[in-house]
Amino acid sequence: MSEKNLNEYWKRNLRYLAILLGIWFFVSYGCSILFVDALNNIKIGGFKLGFWFAQQGSIYVFVILIFIYVYLMNKLDKEFGVDED
Amino acid sequence: MDTQIWTYIIVGATFALYVAVAIWARAGSTKEFYVAGGGVHPIANGMATAADWMSAASFISMAGLISFMGYQGAQYLMGWTGGYVLLALLLAPYLRKFGKFTVPDFIGERYYSQTARIVAVICALFVSFTYVVGQMKGVGVAFSKFLNVPFEWGVIIGVGIVFFYAVLGGMKGITYTQVAQFCVLIFAYLVPAIFISIIMVGTPIPQLGLGGNLEDGTSLLLKLDELSRELGFKEYTTSHNGKVDLFFVTAALMLGTAGLPHVIVRFFTVPKVRDARKSAGWALLFIALLYTTAPAVAAFARTNLINTVKNKEYAAVPSWFKSWEQTGLLKFEDKNGDGKIQYYNDKNAEYVMSVARPNGWNGNELTVDKDIIVLANPEIADLPAWVIALVVAGGLAAALSTAAGLLLVISTSVSHDLLKKWLMPDISPKKELGAARISIAFAVIIAGYFGINPPGFVAQVVAWAFGLAAASFFPAIILGIFSKRMNMQGAISGMVVGLVFTGAYIIYFKYGGGQPEDYLFGISPEGIGTVGMLLNTTVALVISRLTPAPPEEVQDLVENIRIPKDAGDAVAH
Repeated sequence: MSEKNLNEYWKRNLRYLAILLGIWFFVSYGCSILFVDALNNIKIGGFKLGFWFAQQGSIYVFVILIFIYVYLMNKLDKEFGVDED
Repeated sequence: MDTQIWTYIIVGATFALYVAVAIWARAGSTKEFYVAGGGVHPIANGMATAADWMSAASFISMAGLISFMGYQGAQYLMGWTGGYVLLALLLAPYLRKFGKFTVPDFIGERYYSQTARIVAVICALFVSFTYVVGQMKGVGVAFSKFLNVPFEWGVIIGVGIVFFYAVLGGMKGITYTQVAQFCVLIFAYLVPAIFISIIMVGTPIPQLGLGGNLEDGTSLLLKLDELSRELGFKEYTTSHNGKVDLFFVTAALMLGTAGLPHVIVRFFTVPKVRDARKSAGWALLFIALLYTTAPAVAAFARTNLINTVKNKEYAAVPSWFKSWEQTGLLKFEDKNGDGKIQYYNDKNAEYVMSVARPNGWNGNELTVDKDIIVLANPEIADLPAWVIALVVAGGLAAALSTAAGLLLVISTSVSHDLLKKWLMPDISPKKELGAARISIAFAVIIAGYFGINPPGFVAQVVAWAFGLAAASFFPAIILGIFSKRMNMQGAISGMVVGLVFTGAYIIYFKYGGGQPEDYLFGISPEGIGTVGMLLNTTVALVISRLTPAPPEEVQDLVENIRIPKDAGDAVAH
């Protein structure tokens, strides 16, 4: 792959990482720790929202984030012709 | 049939299964021994990673910890899962592309330095040993409690089983045994949780049951907040302590998870870069099954426990109470001699003055060990004997699978990183395999010995293992992938600063008489790895800019691991 293409591929990868890790940080450190008191004023079913994020929601989000990453990167690999097939 | 017989049958059957799997999956080459031949299916690898990851602490202790910590327990729930996002996005695919056997391999080659490799090997050995001894102790406890085997024999039986399949099969045997162990442990964790959820809140899904309503129509969590207040404890669902420490501990656990050698090495076992990414997703999904159930188990058990004992006549307690008293995990002392159980927070001065004293209570009369929450849960909920036996088998599966993964890292570090890459570079592949088998045999025996006579530092697994992994490996690997300019000087000085700072802080506050009032910014030793990681990164970046760039071929290596194409096999070179 040419130098320019490689740079472009890497930049796109870094952009995905920034977005996904931003969400990762927001749900775990934001919703579950820093803003937990404010979110606890909101009730969803039998849960206070902040507590739900801290003990359930953040874990679901983590799993989803990885699978989104897998999907995005597989597409990106194909687009730049660097996939393994 | 009684519990004892059920336990013998189920534990015996699972052990037979592990041995059978091990014989089927013997290793014939160093590559099979170190990385299972690099041909493990991503879903199987996900299961193996999950079993490798979830230790006796996750299975037995975590729900209990949450039960007594309430909201604050989130530090373990998020800390021990969130690291997989970092692994999947920042480490696993690139290390798979790099295609060597171990973490010290990567550090040594990327930083073209034998010193860096040796620092990495020593860290890997220390972290893994701290971790594995705790598992062996867990195996001994499980045997001595449930099978009436003396503690030492419990450890020896556990060691014998691990010895058999680890020495015979190496990574290949361990991986496929771990797949079986995952199935056993997750089944054993979910069955009682589902039963209890149905009994208490009428839904078979514990994750939803946590937010469900009790029989009388009140919400479970609301009820639990109310019960906690009544007994002078803090509300279950709200945050009380400082957020700074919670933040740093959670971060240290996440960063540490992503830096633990026995977790990272799992991603060398899959065929392709694509599979390494996917495999991390599957692993976290399987881990999440247990980790989202644990807070439900914690809340159910806490409610049950309080309702069973709150101001009840001691003479009228159910039989499980008496049987757990014999184990010493549950202690009742009738301090005011009224024949009733007073369980409350006697550290809460205001509560003592306004409620306890006027009622004639002379202090909290019930001491509950946190491990009882998972172990006694089936009995508290009156579930059949086979469920209790299943929990024992699950706890053993969790401890054995983690121990095996760690022992493999230890033996690989010795035979590959120390012998092949340093002391005896001319060793033949056949001899290297022999050395790997011998060193894993030694590692198993030493771990067993320390399981019976645990050294003092082992009790601090969380502080040591996660703190050091976060402060040393994590930044060194990340910078090695994402900063082409990072060089030997930067990486080594970063690791040394991170290690010394974190180690000194842990030693001072855990063994040197340091008091919690003196914590730096209120950060406990469990969370200091985060600060160590930041220091390491800063030092590494600054020093690397002041010293020459890494050689051309190393920069090419970094370019190469950034794209998946032509990953090839994990090669012995």
